[in-house]
Amino acid sequence: MSEVLVLIDHVDGAVRKPAYELLTIAKRLGEPSAVFIGPAEAADAAVEAVKKYGAEKVYVVDDTEIKGYLVAPKAEALQQIAGQASPSAILITSSAEGKEIAGRLAVKLDSGVITDAVDVQDNGGPETTQSVFAGSYTVRAKVTHGTPIITVKPNAATPEESTGAGAVEQVSVSLSDSAKKAQVVASQPRESSGRPELTEAAIVVSGGRGTGGDFSEVEDFADALGAAVGASRAAVDSGWKPHAFQIGQTGKTVSPQLYVANGISGAIQHRAGMQTSKNIVAVNKDEEAPIFELVDFGVVGDLHTVLPAATEKINARKG
Amino acid sequence: MKYVPDATADQKFEDDLTVDRAAVPGLLSELDEYAVEQALQIKEKSENPESVEVTALCVGPAEAVDAVRKALQMGADKGIHVADDSIAGSDALATSKVLAAAVKKAGDVDVVMCGMASTDGAMSVVPAMLAERLDLPQLTLASVVEFQGDQFRVKRDGDTSTDVLGATAPLVLSVTDQSGEARYPSFKGIMAAKKKPMETWSLGDLGVDAGEVGLSAAWTKVEAADARPPRTQGEIVTDEDGSGATALVEFLASKKFI
Repeated sequence: MSEVLVLIDHVDGAVRKPAYELLTIAKRLGEPSAVFIGPAEAADAAVEAVKKYGAEKVYVVDDTEIKGYLVAPKAEALQQIAGQASPSAILITSSAEGKEIAGRLAVKLDSGVITDAVDVQDNGGPETTQSVFAGSYTVRAKVTHGTPIITVKPNAATPEESTGAGAVEQVSVSLSDSAKKAQVVASQPRESSGRPELTEAAIVVSGGRGTGGDFSEVEDFADALGAAVGASRAAVDSGWKPHAFQIGQTGKTVSPQLYVANGISGAIQHRAGMQTSKNIVAVNKDEEAPIFELVDFGVVGDLHTVLPAATEKINARKG
Repeated sequence: MKYVPDATADQKFEDDLTVDRAAVPGLLSELDEYAVEQALQIKEKSENPESVEVTALCVGPAEAVDAVRKALQMGADKGIHVADDSIAGSDALATSKVLAAAVKKAGDVDVVMCGMASTDGAMSVVPAMLAERLDLPQLTLASVVEFQGDQFRVKRDGDTSTDVLGATAPLVLSVTDQSGEARYPSFKGIMAAKKKPMETWSLGDLGVDAGEVGLSAAWTKVEAADARPPRTQGEIVTDEDGSGATALVEFLASKKFI
């Protein structure tokens, strides 16, 4: 069986959930091989982690030479590993960085690339499902030339544990000078909010213009549900929340089990980012708000009174 | 820049599963307006603005000239429209090939400025592909652009960190919708645009073979496109004296979220 390369998404060696999802998908398509580009001292732990999700082989690339640069060296590393492994597909997490790596790799390998897959199945080769036009169409597609390079959105698969051999292969990548031309001058890790990560969360509670800038009620409600907090573009543009919280066309796409929109009217750009959520709930004063067209349950009311009362009831139920 | 179908209109597919571009009105991709804005700001903030030329480049059908015109009205100095029937249906790889050839033909380019994504395909891979093809450093998804001479610094909000990236021109830059509101064309700008130079190039002008682009050379194939069944609207209650919160919590409990 041919190898399927999975670029492992991690933070300083701590493997993130989307990587396990990709390994699970890779198993459908062939033999999962993980590619870990990261700190050497974290490699052992990462190898153990990915083995548990079926990685038969782990290509380990020490990132000492690479971490001062953004995407170009990672694309070169993948190109060199692909040259050696002749994989039947390459899977990468559909983050901003993942998509850029995929784009550069597609040029290097002269291969077709599909981004933002929400599902990948084996149908005589990888067949992807994408949600397009603000979630109003579902498209199935295939790569027809070269090595299929596919970026997959978080939550596209449920991670399934399975034991892989985890045979480690150290790879020393020779970087071109041109890959080092764009440098990371400074890097500030995102401060952990203690809440689930937005794109991975099972429940997302978001706030918009209707919060008036005070997110405390939205946050308290989110915490009662163990949810991640998101924001509409209007809230971000008003400076109420950083851009990392933005859900929508130019922010993050979320597809949780439950999405609760508070004080968000539901412009098409916002809907593009949340329309595929399994259950949608909205609280909004304006009964004409377009968000209500999408909801499984809606409350026409002021979030400043509805949310605190609901939070209190949920906390009381939890005892 | 890309000329795209209006994202707020109902979009459709044609029988060959390409986007039906005649179904809805087209316009300059909103996200590319931010790129035009930042290009104009680089000109205005540079030591010798007169020596900096902003060229608006768009690959697309005949109507796409409207996107170039909009950029000229905003303040770009010159327009280039790459139009060739064989380009229709191109994937991102072929599009980046045509763009890279056009940038090379345009001559001594210091900064290739792009939007963060198109508002139709929304893949956001073309700037990275362009950097790869032109062998230039990429400073992409910038929310803040700063420069001194040919040294550029940008702020990029990543998924797990906020980074400052640096590189020396020539380079490829892409900017997000956080980079600063795009200006509206003034009346003066609209009048001035009519006199600005505009060139139309074909694939032959770029030395790109027609066989390398278009639907037949796309290395991905759409097999099916199905309209998502519309959501059926669920129950909507109006809050009165706390009834909204009670109903909300009951709904969440019924779905086992509590």
